[in-house]
Amino acid sequence: MMNIWTISRKELKSYFASPIAYLLLAMYAVIFGFFFWNAVGYFVNISMQSTMMGRSFPMDVNEMIIRPLLMNTSVVGLFLIPLISMRLFAEEKRQGTIELLMTSPVRDMEVILGKWLAALILYACLLGISLLNMGFLFAYGKPDWRPMLVGYLGLILQAGGLLAVGTFISTTTRNQIIAGAVTFGACLLLWVFDWVAGYETATWATVMGYMSVVRHYEPFSKGVIDTKDAVYFLSLIFLGIFLTSRSLESLRWRA
Amino acid sequence: MISVQNLTKRYDRNVAVNEISFEVAKGQIVGFLGPNGAGKTTTMRILTCFMPPTSGRASVAGFDVLDQPLEVKRRIGYLPETPPLYPEMEVHEYLAFVARLKGIPHADVSRRVAEVSERCAVTDVSRKLISKLSKGYRQRVGLAQAILHNPDVLILDEPTAGLDPKQIHETRQLIRSLAGEHTIILSTHILPEVEQTCDHVIIISKGKIVAQDTVENLTSRLRGQEAVLVEVTGAGADDIRGALSGVPGVARVVHRDSRNGLHSFEVESAPGQNVRALLARRVVESGWSLHELRPVAMSLEEVFLELTASEKAAEADGKGGRQ
Repeated sequence: MMNIWTISRKELKSYFASPIAYLLLAMYAVIFGFFFWNAVGYFVNISMQSTMMGRSFPMDVNEMIIRPLLMNTSVVGLFLIPLISMRLFAEEKRQGTIELLMTSPVRDMEVILGKWLAALILYACLLGISLLNMGFLFAYGKPDWRPMLVGYLGLILQAGGLLAVGTFISTTTRNQIIAGAVTFGACLLLWVFDWVAGYETATWATVMGYMSVVRHYEPFSKGVIDTKDAVYFLSLIFLGIFLTSRSLESLRWRA
Repeated sequence: MISVQNLTKRYDRNVAVNEISFEVAKGQIVGFLGPNGAGKTTTMRILTCFMPPTSGRASVAGFDVLDQPLEVKRRIGYLPETPPLYPEMEVHEYLAFVARLKGIPHADVSRRVAEVSERCAVTDVSRKLISKLSKGYRQRVGLAQAILHNPDVLILDEPTAGLDPKQIHETRQLIRSLAGEHTIILSTHILPEVEQTCDHVIIISKGKIVAQDTVENLTSRLRGQEAVLVEVTGAGADDIRGALSGVPGVARVVHRDSRNGLHSFEVESAPGQNVRALLARRVVESGWSLHELRPVAMSLEEVFLELTASEKAAEADGKGGRQ
């Protein structure tokens, strides 16, 4: 347990010692800020219209601002996650520091979990910025916090799964750019798989639909925890971490 | 302390290390001498549990590298050929990280880091970023990293490669000062380095051990001696051995093996003596049959030539670089 935290701390230090963490945080602040401003602007506009037309059907902040924002965040995550996970093992391989990790009295699994956890914590920091924005909704309105909490839980689960896959891809190369590009491709595919299920009803299309990240995230954004979605993300985490550990082991045999 | 038996490592079709066996006793400094690509790094990586052997066994302090890698890793400090440093960390941060990684209790980390920094003379750069350090300092930080957890065994892969003569001298001094507390294996392709720092030497070439001995024995053997393989039938091994030892100019006779009455010996001559003709006459005069008589030390000579050649090349490089 201590070893995992030792590795995580070192990874986080590396993230924040290089521009990468600040760059991601700044980028995310701008992007999410725009989404937030846009969503709130739209909401205000609609509510003005409905008041002028004399109809006052209930306006739901959760449904009209928070949910679309969470969905946007889920998609933006697909683009940011490769940037977080790409360096995890590729950089160690390039610098030769992988030899230090693999000859120290720690288990491979501790190294993997430590790195994965650090990446997840950095992603949680990004989400923290979005929470600052959300804070305004609570300051000026009364949205329900429970569905939002579930939405954030879903985002963390989704990031956990994709980061695990990214960690695995990072072990296969010593080049960060390659690791990042391949992870980006994988994330994008996991996103768009859903499209096929829109018009095709054959079994393979259904299976592809099941594999889609966005489809499994959607219920979370509504505040619904469905076992099958939670199982999907947990399996993705386990799969990614399992593949990483196999890959590290094969690295030993081939090295 | 270290025991290696019939160790083999294959990559695809290449055999990097082929059936090597050796033992290292506690407190010894052993030099792994051999040209580049001889299998030194591979052997070290197997001993440090970085990679598993294809076949054979290796154990450190009684723990097998395959069965109990964590126990082995706890007892080994390893400096790979390029020191495993994180350029974005400061020296003291890096050492503290490694200390925790090696399982040093939290309360002792800063004390131990200070001690080791002192020992390896990196205290004055402890607040500097590793990316700003010179090659010599990096090497010393690498060495500090290896001795942090006070391991029983130190494994150093080319610890002086790429340093200038002053730094090489300091590094060798440092390594010598570590002897006694630690058992040390260091690899090098420079012969004088072994003479200056090591007690024992293992010469390795093309994945095979060509010689292992104390430094004194080996250097005298390398200076103009010849070893001859003699195969004889017709008498007992001890008789033949006695007779061969009596031949003028023979320094040592080693009985290799006996099969179906065929005894083979390795006969070493004193420097500058060619004893082959005398050996043949002695065997025939005794009424025995001579089956084979051939020089065997060739491989060792070859390695030596290769070593000295590469050393000259390295020196030439060094001079070129300084001009």
